Amino acid sequence: MKIGIVVFPGSNCDHDAQHALSEILHTSAEFIWHQSPDLTGFDAVILPGGFAYGDYLRTGAIARFSPVMIAIARFVRCGGLVLGICNGFQILCEAGLLPGALMRNKGLRFVCRHLHIRVETTATPFTSAARPGQVLRVPIAHAEGNYVCDAATLAGLKHNNQIIFRYCTPDGRLNPATNPNGSLDAIAGICNRERNVMGMMPHPERAVEAALGSIDGLVVFRSLVQSLARQPAAAVS
Amino acid sequence: MSHAARTPSIVETAIKVTPEIVADHGMTPEEYARIRKILGREPNFTELGIFSVMWSEHCSYKSSRIHLKRLPTRAPQVLQGPGENAGVVDVGDGLAAVFKMESHNHPSYVEPFQGAATGVGGILRDVFTMGARPIAVLDSLRFGTITSDNGAAPEVVARNRRLVDGVVRGIAFYGNCFGVPTVGGEVEFEPSYAGNPLVNVLALGIAPKNQLFFARARGEGNPVIYVGAKTGRDGIHGASLLASAEFTEKSQEKRPNVQVGDPFLAKLLLEACLEAMATGAIVAIQDMGAAGLTSSSCEMASRGGVGIEIELDRVPQRETGMTAYEMMLSESQERMLLVAERGREAEVFHVFRKWGLDAVEIGRVTSDGMLRVEHHGQIDAQIPANALAEQAPVYQRPIAPPKPSLACDARVALSTAGADLTSNFRRLLTASAIASKRWIFEQYDHMVRTNTTVFPGAADAAVVRLKGTTRALALATDGKGRWCALDPRAGAMHAVAEAARNVAAVGARPWAATNCLNFGNPEKPEVMWQFSVAVDGMAEACRGLSIPITGGNVSFYNDTLGKSIDPTPIVGVLGVIENAAATLTMAFRNEGDAIVLLDGRADSTRATSSGPRERESLREFASSEYARTIAGIVGGAPPAADIPAELRLIEALVGLAADNILASAHDLSDGGIAVALAECGFASDGLTAEAAWHTDAPAELALFAETGARAVVSVPQPSLARLQTLAAQYKIAALVIGRVTRGYFQVSLNGVTIIRDHADSLREVWSGAIERAVLNEPAPKQT
Amino acid sequence: MKAHVWVMLKSTVLDPQGTAIQQALASLGHAAVRDVRQGKFFVLDLDNMDRAAAQSEVERIARDVLTNPVIEDFRFEIVEDAKPALAR
Repeated sequence: MKIGIVVFPGSNCDHDAQHALSEILHTSAEFIWHQSPDLTGFDAVILPGGFAYGDYLRTGAIARFSPVMIAIARFVRCGGLVLGICNGFQILCEAGLLPGALMRNKGLRFVCRHLHIRVETTATPFTSAARPGQVLRVPIAHAEGNYVCDAATLAGLKHNNQIIFRYCTPDGRLNPATNPNGSLDAIAGICNRERNVMGMMPHPERAVEAALGSIDGLVVFRSLVQSLARQPAAAVS
Repeated sequence: MSHAARTPSIVETAIKVTPEIVADHGMTPEEYARIRKILGREPNFTELGIFSVMWSEHCSYKSSRIHLKRLPTRAPQVLQGPGENAGVVDVGDGLAAVFKMESHNHPSYVEPFQGAATGVGGILRDVFTMGARPIAVLDSLRFGTITSDNGAAPEVVARNRRLVDGVVRGIAFYGNCFGVPTVGGEVEFEPSYAGNPLVNVLALGIAPKNQLFFARARGEGNPVIYVGAKTGRDGIHGASLLASAEFTEKSQEKRPNVQVGDPFLAKLLLEACLEAMATGAIVAIQDMGAAGLTSSSCEMASRGGVGIEIELDRVPQRETGMTAYEMMLSESQERMLLVAERGREAEVFHVFRKWGLDAVEIGRVTSDGMLRVEHHGQIDAQIPANALAEQAPVYQRPIAPPKPSLACDARVALSTAGADLTSNFRRLLTASAIASKRWIFEQYDHMVRTNTTVFPGAADAAVVRLKGTTRALALATDGKGRWCALDPRAGAMHAVAEAARNVAAVGARPWAATNCLNFGNPEKPEVMWQFSVAVDGMAEACRGLSIPITGGNVSFYNDTLGKSIDPTPIVGVLGVIENAAATLTMAFRNEGDAIVLLDGRADSTRATSSGPRERESLREFASSEYARTIAGIVGGAPPAADIPAELRLIEALVGLAADNILASAHDLSDGGIAVALAECGFASDGLTAEAAWHTDAPAELALFAETGARAVVSVPQPSLARLQTLAAQYKIAALVIGRVTRGYFQVSLNGVTIIRDHADSLREVWSGAIERAVLNEPAPKQT
Repeated sequence: MKAHVWVMLKSTVLDPQGTAIQQALASLGHAAVRDVRQGKFFVLDLDNMDRAAAQSEVERIARDVLTNPVIEDFRFEIVEDAKPALAR
């Protein structure tokens, strides 16, 4: 099993994702340079956090034109698993692999802190190891995590059970005060209709060791690894 | 390229060098005579410009050099002391810590966002140019007051708030994008900084100790390669001069003095440089900071005992029509100069191309020791590199102590015994020096790279672990402007002692230090006196605590309208934790734990249950945060610094942490014992303190005095006896003053309750005060 | 020739920066300002080409790169170098 971590110019959580996968989950994780047109040999792909292309123009707007994104679109069509974290989520939205967009935080400032998110569905390869309704303590670190989409898209997300994480209180209640960025419907993470692409603003790779203050992010990676172990890799040419 | 052997004919520049032009470059006639003697001829305009930046106070340390020699810089762990881009110490397991602090005060006043951002960028490049990946940044910030309750004019307060907001955003913008965690630092708000804020940035990087890179050029014929951003007219000094005669062309308005940072480009530069270094094809490398091309080329040549010649026509340029003078003095950001092994250039170019960066051979290493600059086929400058880098004049400027001010005798009017001080305490918790800095540090990504194991505000020092080892590094900065204004020597000693104590409070052994010395105009004898005695104090404290200073920065001329800032020597101490799992924070951990006051001054054989001894005189108390916030007094004298006592306390804290006896530790600082006890609760998960002891001192002194060499620790009851035994061995006092509880924060003296309030309510006023002040929002109603 | 491209958040999308600016203006006494929308303005310096070709080229750039159609709208104009480049 081999998981790829895409390195865009300006990615800065690439090493963190690799550390979590290889050192903590003992899973093979390799970097994929953004100009690589080919994902042969990879069973899943992570788009890490950071500031790809400096987030200039818009977050993720330039990264989506990298050659690797064509390969990723193909990988997704073949059923490959793709996880976008923070900037990776923004890129997936810009690339149209996830619906909606991420705007400037309502408070207009970068926010870095631990908070709580609730697992809204375990019917994804990224949350299958979690309990329904489980509350995770994970950090965020972003200035543009304010999820928006139109009413029809939101209805579709709800109808298809595509909302995976919502910001919540420590005991799992939804409360406007716990929404750190003004995100629509307190959305912290979503998946596509086919459920093989997930984007989330919080950083699970920063919550995989007690020394870092939380191990609640492990469940995302454990789910991913277990899902890959259960199902054959996507047939990607 | 010209041949070194040829007798050069130096081009005559369009602008003639006149005494006025020399003066406009900030040079004295004596300095100009020195240049003529070195060259054996008159310099042309370009050469004058090159000399003026290299011999500027900023680059040459000409006023500070003789004093800085008094600082201790050597120790077995020091791999590189002052004189390189950053200091380097061995931290074990084959790793080297590369760290340094630098100021960006003036640019941050002119343009707070870009000034602070480029301050972060400059020090990060200093660190990664040595082959180290930056893993932490701390900021030491000083602003004017952001509340108007001390009588500050509303427009001044409003401007200070804008400066705070701009500087914080600038630091966040640069560090967050670059991908280095901003893990700590400190901020203070004092009137003296209203016209001259301080932005001091410390960066720490880590590298294998056998893979360090230095800025020492060697190998005649080796190519000199320019990498990174294109050169523009950013930050060229002497704008007034450039307005003269031949320069009054239309390009005038294109000369911004504000440098603009590009953290994205810097991130690419970091990755590309580390990758290029790994090829083994790089001989020397230096970033282009102040005085850009000039300083990087002549310093690399001078350190390596060689010459460098560069052809300016090959330099990537962002603007057209730039003169040699402008290109040599440009301070465009995100550029590096490196020397590669001849024949292996292609490996270097390949890496930079991969990262989409300009990399161009612009010259070569020569054997004649000259910095030679060619432009349009002519030699525009030819100067011995060593003369630029090492032969600047050194001044022993006049020194005179200032007249003692009346404030020396200030006294705080004390309340009657047994009075309730709860409301004063609540006010003290909102003082900007004490209130939570959460609003600031939440704007910084303090976790990226997943090394940060102690987050900002959780302990006295920030802690980053070293992956692949059992070790962690702790960092703290400190500077006591108010105390230094009253007594620069004692203030500087306290700055060192507190930063070291901070590091020890997380369980780290203080290992090395960097400094940033912020002072006024050195041509004023009283400023030079402040500087000289502050250096003495710093040297004495560092010696006493065995902490070498491995580098740093001096920032003079922090004056506005003729008034100097309070002397502000900032110290950043790096500590090593052998067993990262034993790291301590200030947070109380278990209800019922004993709270113990550790005091390095006490002779433990005489320390009994009679209560902490209050040696602090009323004069010393007049210099406390309590005196300022509650009584409106800034005066008196700082408490005497007791370095042997500090050393005993530090040894004890490090040893107790390693022995895993303590549940928490927090040093005493602004606001004394009462504030420290409250903070241990604020950092915890809903715990607080209930304390009571007997004292002969007035209540205010007992609770709020800021005498050094003290810390509060919490310890599980079963370990209390062992703690007391060990404390005796470390020759410090350990006095049980209370226990960890929930609900009400309470302090009683001599059996009378002096402070009592619900911990949640105290936490609320403390946590939101800075945000409310910066955003000018009303305070919550008192409960 | 140059192309000027304006990118604005769609009117249906909340603009937190614009809202903050409006509130700041109100606090400074500019009570007449009812709403503020913040956008982006791009100046593209183009090789000289046929005006119609430029129109379609710039439209494609604006649609595919400069805007995110989920949240933003754009408009643009082609400006000949001879004419002073004035915003309407």
